[in-house]
Amino acid sequence: MSQATSDSLLRASRRRVVVDSLGIAVSATGFGFVYGLAARAAGFSPLEAGAMSTIVFAGASQFAAVGYVLGGFSWVGVVLLTAFINARHLLYAAALAPFVADRPRPVRAVMAHILTDEAFAISIAHFRRLGRADMTGYFVAAVLSTFVPWNLATLAGVTIGGSIPDPTRFGIDVIFPAAMGGLAVGLITGRRELVAAIVGAVVGVAVSLAWDPAAGIIAGGLLGPLVGIAIPAGPSDRAPEAEIVFGRRPGDEPKPEAEPGLP
Amino acid sequence: MSVALVPLALLMGLVTYPSRALPLLVPGMQRLPERVQLYLRLVGPAVLGALAAVNVMVSLDADRHPSFHVGVEWLAVGLCVGVVAWRKNLFLGLLAAVVLLTIARGLPA
Repeated sequence: MSQATSDSLLRASRRRVVVDSLGIAVSATGFGFVYGLAARAAGFSPLEAGAMSTIVFAGASQFAAVGYVLGGFSWVGVVLLTAFINARHLLYAAALAPFVADRPRPVRAVMAHILTDEAFAISIAHFRRLGRADMTGYFVAAVLSTFVPWNLATLAGVTIGGSIPDPTRFGIDVIFPAAMGGLAVGLITGRRELVAAIVGAVVGVAVSLAWDPAAGIIAGGLLGPLVGIAIPAGPSDRAPEAEIVFGRRPGDEPKPEAEPGLP
Repeated sequence: MSVALVPLALLMGLVTYPSRALPLLVPGMQRLPERVQLYLRLVGPAVLGALAAVNVMVSLDADRHPSFHVGVEWLAVGLCVGVVAWRKNLFLGLLAAVVLLTIARGLPA
Protein backbone atom coordinates (compact mmCIF):
# COMPACT_ATOMS: atom_id res chain seq x y z
CA MET A 1 0.00 0.00 0.00
CA SER A 2 1.43 3.40 -0.97
CA GLN A 3 1.93 6.15 1.58
CA ALA A 4 -0.78 8.26 -0.08
CA THR A 5 -3.27 5.41 0.06
CA SER A 6 -2.37 4.70 3.65
CA ASP A 7 -2.83 8.35 4.62
CA SER A 8 -6.14 8.48 2.80
CA LEU A 9 -7.37 5.35 4.58
CA LEU A 10 -6.27 6.77 7.94
CA ARG A 11 -8.12 10.04 7.36
CA ALA A 12 -11.28 8.27 6.21
CA SER A 13 -11.22 5.91 9.17
CA ARG A 14 -10.65 8.75 11.62
CA ARG A 15 -13.61 10.64 10.14
CA ARG A 16 -15.70 7.55 10.76
CA VAL A 17 -14.44 7.47 14.34
CA VAL A 18 -15.52 11.09 14.89
CA VAL A 19 -18.98 10.57 13.39
CA ASP A 20 -19.54 7.38 15.38
CA SER A 21 -18.29 9.07 18.55
CA LEU A 22 -20.64 12.02 18.13
CA GLY A 23 -23.59 9.65 17.73
CA ILE A 24 -22.71 7.84 20.93
CA ALA A 25 -21.97 11.10 22.75
CA VAL A 26 -25.57 12.24 22.40
CA SER A 27 -26.86 9.26 24.31
CA ALA A 28 -23.95 9.16 26.77
CA THR A 29 -24.96 12.70 27.67
CA GLY A 30 -28.51 11.63 28.44
CA PHE A 31 -27.43 8.62 30.44
CA GLY A 32 -24.80 10.61 32.32
CA PHE A 33 -27.42 13.20 33.19
CA VAL A 34 -29.67 10.51 34.61
CA TYR A 35 -26.74 9.18 36.62
CA GLY A 36 -26.23 12.67 38.02
CA LEU A 37 -29.91 12.84 38.95
CA ALA A 38 -29.76 9.44 40.64
CA ALA A 39 -26.60 10.40 42.51
CA ARG A 40 -28.21 13.60 43.72
CA ALA A 41 -31.30 11.70 44.86
CA ALA A 42 -29.03 9.33 46.81
CA GLY A 43 -27.40 12.28 48.58
CA PHE A 44 -24.16 12.51 46.61
CA SER A 45 -22.56 15.95 46.47
CA PRO A 46 -21.43 17.24 43.04
CA LEU A 47 -17.84 16.53 44.05
CA GLU A 48 -18.65 12.93 45.02
CA ALA A 49 -20.68 12.25 41.87
CA GLY A 50 -17.99 13.88 39.74
CA ALA A 51 -15.27 11.84 41.44
CA MET A 52 -17.16 8.65 40.60
CA SER A 53 -17.47 9.65 36.96
CA THR A 54 -13.85 10.66 36.52
CA ILE A 55 -12.15 8.03 38.68
CA VAL A 56 -14.36 4.99 38.14
CA PHE A 57 -15.79 6.02 34.75
CA ALA A 58 -17.95 2.92 34.34
CA GLY A 59 -21.68 3.57 34.11
CA ALA A 60 -23.19 0.30 35.28
CA SER A 61 -21.06 0.08 38.40
CA GLN A 62 -21.69 3.75 39.15
CA PHE A 63 -25.43 3.20 39.02
CA ALA A 64 -24.97 0.16 41.24
CA ALA A 65 -22.96 2.22 43.71
CA VAL A 66 -25.72 4.82 43.87
CA GLY A 67 -28.27 2.12 44.62
CA TYR A 68 -26.18 0.52 47.30
CA VAL A 69 -25.07 3.73 48.97
CA LEU A 70 -28.74 4.67 49.08
CA GLY A 71 -29.52 1.28 50.58
CA GLY A 72 -26.84 1.68 53.22
CA PHE A 73 -24.70 -1.25 52.11
CA SER A 74 -21.11 -1.63 53.14
CA TRP A 75 -18.32 -0.21 51.03
CA VAL A 76 -16.80 -3.68 50.80
CA GLY A 77 -19.93 -4.91 49.02
CA VAL A 78 -19.95 -1.93 46.68
CA VAL A 79 -16.28 -2.42 45.81
CA LEU A 80 -16.70 -6.17 45.23
CA LEU A 81 -19.70 -5.52 43.03
CA THR A 82 -17.74 -2.91 41.09
CA ALA A 83 -14.97 -5.42 40.46
CA PHE A 84 -17.49 -7.99 39.21
CA ILE A 85 -19.38 -5.64 36.94
CA ASN A 86 -16.23 -4.20 35.43
CA ALA A 87 -14.39 -7.50 35.01
CA ARG A 88 -15.54 -7.61 31.38
CA HIS A 89 -13.02 -4.87 30.64
CA LEU A 90 -10.35 -7.57 30.82
CA LEU A 91 -11.73 -8.94 27.58
CA TYR A 92 -11.72 -5.57 25.87
CA ALA A 93 -8.16 -4.88 26.97
CA ALA A 94 -7.06 -8.36 25.91
CA ALA A 95 -8.55 -7.80 22.46
CA LEU A 96 -6.81 -4.44 22.03
CA ALA A 97 -3.49 -5.54 23.53
CA PRO A 98 -1.98 -7.09 20.37
CA PHE A 99 -2.48 -3.83 18.49
CA VAL A 100 -0.80 -1.60 21.05
CA ALA A 101 1.90 -3.84 22.51
CA ASP A 102 4.65 -1.73 20.92
CA ARG A 103 3.31 1.58 22.23
CA PRO A 104 4.93 3.28 25.26
CA ARG A 105 3.75 1.87 28.57
CA PRO A 106 2.58 5.29 29.94
CA VAL A 107 0.38 5.72 26.87
CA ARG A 108 -1.13 2.28 27.41
CA ALA A 109 -1.65 3.12 31.09
CA VAL A 110 -3.68 6.22 30.21
CA MET A 111 -5.48 4.34 27.47
CA ALA A 112 -6.64 1.77 30.03
CA HIS A 113 -8.39 4.29 32.26
CA ILE A 114 -10.76 5.44 29.52
CA LEU A 115 -11.48 1.98 28.10
CA THR A 116 -15.26 1.52 28.07
CA ASP A 117 -17.77 -0.51 26.09
CA GLU A 118 -18.15 2.41 23.70
CA ALA A 119 -14.43 3.14 23.33
CA PHE A 120 -13.79 -0.52 22.64
CA ALA A 121 -16.58 -0.82 20.09
CA ILE A 122 -15.37 2.17 18.07
CA SER A 123 -11.63 1.65 18.37
CA ILE A 124 -11.51 -2.09 17.63
CA ALA A 125 -13.37 -1.41 14.37
CA HIS A 126 -10.99 1.48 13.61
CA PHE A 127 -7.91 -0.65 14.28
CA ARG A 128 -9.24 -3.47 12.11
CA ARG A 129 -9.98 -1.11 9.25
CA LEU A 130 -6.39 0.09 9.42
CA GLY A 131 -4.84 -3.26 10.29
CA ARG A 132 -2.87 -1.52 13.03
CA ALA A 133 -3.30 0.72 16.07
CA ASP A 134 -3.99 4.44 15.80
CA MET A 135 -3.75 6.01 19.23
CA THR A 136 -5.14 9.34 18.04
CA GLY A 137 -8.23 7.55 16.82
CA TYR A 138 -8.52 5.64 20.08
CA PHE A 139 -8.30 8.73 22.27
CA VAL A 140 -10.75 10.63 20.07
CA ALA A 141 -13.17 7.71 20.32
CA ALA A 142 -12.86 7.32 24.08
CA VAL A 143 -12.79 10.98 25.05
CA LEU A 144 -15.26 12.37 22.51
CA SER A 145 -17.81 9.60 22.66
CA THR A 146 -17.96 9.06 26.38
CA PHE A 147 -15.48 10.66 28.78
CA VAL A 148 -16.35 14.30 28.13
CA PRO A 149 -20.12 13.95 27.68
CA TRP A 150 -20.44 11.51 30.59
CA ASN A 151 -18.60 13.77 33.02
CA LEU A 152 -20.23 17.02 31.93
CA ALA A 153 -23.67 15.42 32.02
CA THR A 154 -22.99 14.01 35.48
CA LEU A 155 -22.23 17.47 36.80
CA ALA A 156 -25.31 18.89 35.11
CA GLY A 157 -27.56 16.19 36.56
CA VAL A 158 -26.21 16.41 40.08
CA THR A 159 -26.32 20.20 40.22
CA ILE A 160 -29.66 21.03 38.58
CA GLY A 161 -31.50 17.83 39.43
CA GLY A 162 -33.20 19.51 42.40
CA SER A 163 -35.32 21.57 40.05
CA ILE A 164 -37.15 18.41 38.97
CA PRO A 165 -40.05 17.67 41.34
CA ASP A 166 -40.47 14.08 42.62
CA PRO A 167 -38.43 12.13 40.05
CA THR A 168 -40.28 8.89 40.80
CA ARG A 169 -43.42 10.50 39.41
CA PHE A 170 -41.64 10.55 36.08
CA GLY A 171 -40.47 6.96 36.34
CA ILE A 172 -36.85 7.91 36.91
CA ASP A 173 -36.48 5.21 39.59
CA VAL A 174 -36.95 2.45 37.03
CA ILE A 175 -34.00 3.60 34.95
CA PHE A 176 -31.43 1.74 37.02
CA PRO A 177 -32.96 -1.77 36.85
CA ALA A 178 -34.07 -1.17 33.27
CA ALA A 179 -30.56 -0.11 32.29
CA MET A 180 -29.08 -3.15 33.98
CA GLY A 181 -31.51 -5.43 32.14
CA GLY A 182 -30.85 -3.68 28.84
CA LEU A 183 -27.09 -3.86 29.27
CA ALA A 184 -27.39 -7.55 30.12
CA VAL A 185 -29.28 -8.12 26.86
CA GLY A 186 -26.48 -6.33 25.04
CA LEU A 187 -23.94 -8.74 26.49
CA ILE A 188 -25.91 -11.85 25.53
CA THR A 189 -24.33 -13.22 22.40
CA GLY A 190 -25.23 -16.88 22.81
CA ARG A 191 -26.81 -19.62 24.89
CA ARG A 192 -24.20 -19.51 27.63
CA GLU A 193 -24.59 -15.77 28.23
CA LEU A 194 -28.37 -16.20 28.32
CA VAL A 195 -28.12 -19.00 30.87
CA ALA A 196 -25.62 -17.02 32.96
CA ALA A 197 -27.95 -14.00 32.99
CA ILE A 198 -31.02 -16.04 33.95
CA VAL A 199 -29.18 -18.02 36.62
CA GLY A 200 -27.60 -14.82 37.92
CA ALA A 201 -31.05 -13.24 38.21
CA VAL A 202 -32.68 -16.25 39.86
CA VAL A 203 -29.82 -16.82 42.31
CA GLY A 204 -29.63 -13.11 42.99
CA VAL A 205 -33.29 -12.87 43.95
CA ALA A 206 -33.24 -16.11 45.95
CA VAL A 207 -30.18 -15.16 48.01
CA SER A 208 -31.50 -11.62 48.43
CA LEU A 209 -34.75 -12.91 49.89
CA ALA A 210 -32.98 -15.43 52.09
CA TRP A 211 -30.21 -13.13 53.25
CA ASP A 212 -29.40 -9.74 51.75
CA PRO A 213 -29.55 -8.07 48.32
CA ALA A 214 -25.83 -7.27 48.31
CA ALA A 215 -25.01 -10.93 48.88
CA GLY A 216 -27.59 -11.86 46.26
CA ILE A 217 -25.91 -9.78 43.57
CA ILE A 218 -22.51 -11.26 44.34
CA ALA A 219 -23.86 -14.81 44.50
CA GLY A 220 -25.66 -14.33 41.18
CA GLY A 221 -22.52 -12.90 39.61
CA LEU A 222 -20.41 -15.81 40.83
CA LEU A 223 -22.76 -18.72 40.16
CA GLY A 224 -24.32 -17.55 36.90
CA PRO A 225 -21.07 -17.90 34.91
CA LEU A 226 -20.31 -21.29 36.47
CA VAL A 227 -23.64 -22.67 35.23
CA GLY A 228 -23.14 -20.95 31.89
CA ILE A 229 -19.77 -22.63 31.44
CA ALA A 230 -21.25 -26.02 32.34
CA ILE A 231 -23.70 -26.07 29.43
CA PRO A 232 -22.68 -26.75 25.83
CA ALA A 233 -22.12 -23.76 23.60
CA GLY A 234 -24.98 -22.96 21.24
CA PRO A 235 -24.59 -22.67 17.47
CA SER A 236 -24.83 -18.88 17.63
CA ASP A 237 -22.21 -18.47 20.35
CA ARG A 238 -19.47 -16.14 19.21
CA ALA A 239 -16.72 -13.91 20.49
CA PRO A 240 -17.92 -11.07 22.70
CA GLU A 241 -18.00 -7.52 21.51
CA ALA A 242 -20.00 -4.57 22.75
CA GLU A 243 -23.49 -5.08 21.35
CA ILE A 244 -25.37 -2.19 22.79
CA VAL A 245 -24.25 1.35 22.28
CA PHE A 246 -26.23 4.25 23.61
CA GLY A 247 -28.53 5.53 20.93
CA ARG A 248 -27.07 3.65 17.98
CA ARG A 249 -27.66 0.26 16.49
CA PRO A 250 -24.70 -2.10 16.18
CA GLY A 251 -25.69 -2.76 12.60
CA ASP A 252 -24.51 0.78 11.91
CA GLU A 253 -21.03 -0.04 13.16
CA PRO A 254 -18.22 -0.06 10.67
CA LYS A 255 -17.41 -3.60 9.58
CA PRO A 256 -13.92 -4.97 10.10
CA GLU A 257 -12.05 -4.93 6.85
CA ALA A 258 -8.93 -6.72 7.91
CA GLU A 259 -7.87 -9.07 10.64
CA PRO A 260 -5.58 -7.50 13.19
CA GLY A 261 -1.93 -7.87 12.41
CA LEU A 262 0.17 -8.70 15.39
CA PRO A 263 2.94 -6.15 15.89
CA MET B 1 -19.69 20.15 50.19
CA SER B 2 -19.41 16.51 51.26
CA VAL B 3 -16.39 14.50 50.17
CA ALA B 4 -17.19 11.42 52.25
CA LEU B 5 -17.78 9.24 49.19
CA VAL B 6 -14.63 10.28 47.34
CA PRO B 7 -12.59 7.51 49.04
CA LEU B 8 -15.25 5.03 47.87
CA ALA B 9 -14.77 6.35 44.33
CA LEU B 10 -11.02 5.82 44.73
CA LEU B 11 -11.56 2.24 45.92
CA MET B 12 -13.93 1.55 43.05
CA GLY B 13 -11.38 2.98 40.64
CA LEU B 14 -8.70 0.86 42.26
CA VAL B 15 -10.58 -2.39 41.53
CA THR B 16 -11.71 -1.27 38.07
CA TYR B 17 -8.38 -0.14 36.68
CA PRO B 18 -6.60 -3.53 36.80
CA SER B 19 -9.25 -5.17 34.62
CA ARG B 20 -8.74 -2.42 32.07
CA ALA B 21 -4.96 -2.24 32.34
CA LEU B 22 -3.55 -5.70 33.07
CA PRO B 23 -3.82 -7.16 29.57
CA LEU B 24 -2.45 -3.91 28.15
CA LEU B 25 0.47 -3.53 30.55
CA VAL B 26 1.57 -6.92 31.83
CA PRO B 27 3.61 -9.10 29.47
CA GLY B 28 2.05 -12.50 28.96
CA MET B 29 -1.40 -11.32 30.03
CA GLN B 30 -2.51 -10.65 26.49
CA ARG B 31 -3.87 -14.15 26.17
CA LEU B 32 -5.87 -15.44 29.12
CA PRO B 33 -6.66 -19.15 29.44
CA GLU B 34 -9.79 -20.05 27.51
CA ARG B 35 -11.77 -21.05 30.61
CA VAL B 36 -10.92 -17.75 32.31
CA GLN B 37 -11.97 -15.83 29.21
CA LEU B 38 -15.24 -17.71 29.08
CA TYR B 39 -15.94 -17.14 32.78
CA LEU B 40 -15.23 -13.41 32.45
CA ARG B 41 -17.42 -13.19 29.38
CA LEU B 42 -20.31 -14.57 31.42
CA VAL B 43 -19.76 -12.41 34.49
CA GLY B 44 -21.26 -9.33 32.85
CA PRO B 45 -24.62 -10.85 31.87
CA ALA B 46 -24.88 -12.69 35.21
CA VAL B 47 -24.22 -9.64 37.40
CA LEU B 48 -26.37 -7.30 35.33
CA GLY B 49 -29.20 -9.83 35.24
CA ALA B 50 -28.99 -10.18 39.01
CA LEU B 51 -28.96 -6.42 39.49
CA ALA B 52 -32.03 -5.91 37.32
CA ALA B 53 -34.00 -8.74 38.94
CA VAL B 54 -33.10 -7.91 42.53
CA ASN B 55 -33.91 -4.24 42.09
CA VAL B 56 -37.43 -4.87 40.83
CA MET B 57 -38.28 -8.06 42.70
CA VAL B 58 -36.85 -7.46 46.18
CA SER B 59 -37.83 -4.64 48.48
CA LEU B 60 -36.55 -3.84 51.96
CA ASP B 61 -38.55 -2.59 54.90
CA ALA B 62 -37.29 -0.12 57.46
CA ASP B 63 -35.44 -2.90 59.28
CA ARG B 64 -33.86 -4.08 56.03
CA HIS B 65 -35.90 -7.27 55.94
CA PRO B 66 -36.25 -8.34 52.32
CA SER B 67 -39.57 -9.27 50.76
CA PHE B 68 -40.74 -10.25 47.29
CA HIS B 69 -42.11 -7.28 45.37
CA VAL B 70 -44.57 -7.43 42.48
CA GLY B 71 -45.40 -4.23 40.62
CA VAL B 72 -45.65 -2.37 37.36
CA GLU B 73 -41.87 -1.91 37.51
CA TRP B 74 -41.60 -5.50 36.23
CA LEU B 75 -43.44 -4.50 33.09
CA ALA B 76 -41.31 -1.40 32.64
CA VAL B 77 -38.06 -3.33 32.93
CA GLY B 78 -39.43 -6.10 30.71
CA LEU B 79 -40.39 -3.51 28.11
CA CYS B 80 -36.90 -2.03 28.20
CA VAL B 81 -35.33 -5.47 27.80
CA GLY B 82 -37.68 -6.22 24.90
CA VAL B 83 -36.95 -2.95 23.14
CA VAL B 84 -33.21 -3.41 23.56
CA ALA B 85 -33.40 -6.97 22.22
CA TRP B 86 -35.45 -5.76 19.27
CA ARG B 87 -33.85 -2.42 18.41
CA LYS B 88 -30.42 -2.85 20.04
CA ASN B 89 -30.84 0.62 21.47
CA LEU B 90 -30.56 1.09 25.21
CA PHE B 91 -31.70 4.67 25.26
CA LEU B 92 -34.89 3.83 23.42
CA GLY B 93 -35.53 1.02 25.90
CA LEU B 94 -35.04 3.32 28.88
CA LEU B 95 -37.34 5.89 27.35
CA ALA B 96 -40.05 3.28 26.81
CA ALA B 97 -39.70 2.05 30.42
CA VAL B 98 -39.92 5.54 31.87
CA VAL B 99 -42.93 6.47 29.72
CA LEU B 100 -44.75 3.26 30.68
CA LEU B 101 -44.11 3.78 34.38
CA THR B 102 -45.07 7.44 34.24
CA ILE B 103 -48.37 6.61 32.55
CA ALA B 104 -49.06 3.72 34.93
CA ARG B 105 -48.43 5.84 38.00
CA GLY B 106 -50.56 8.62 36.61
CA LEU B 107 -53.58 6.35 36.30
CA PRO B 108 -56.09 6.39 39.15
CA ALA B 109 -55.74 3.40 41.48
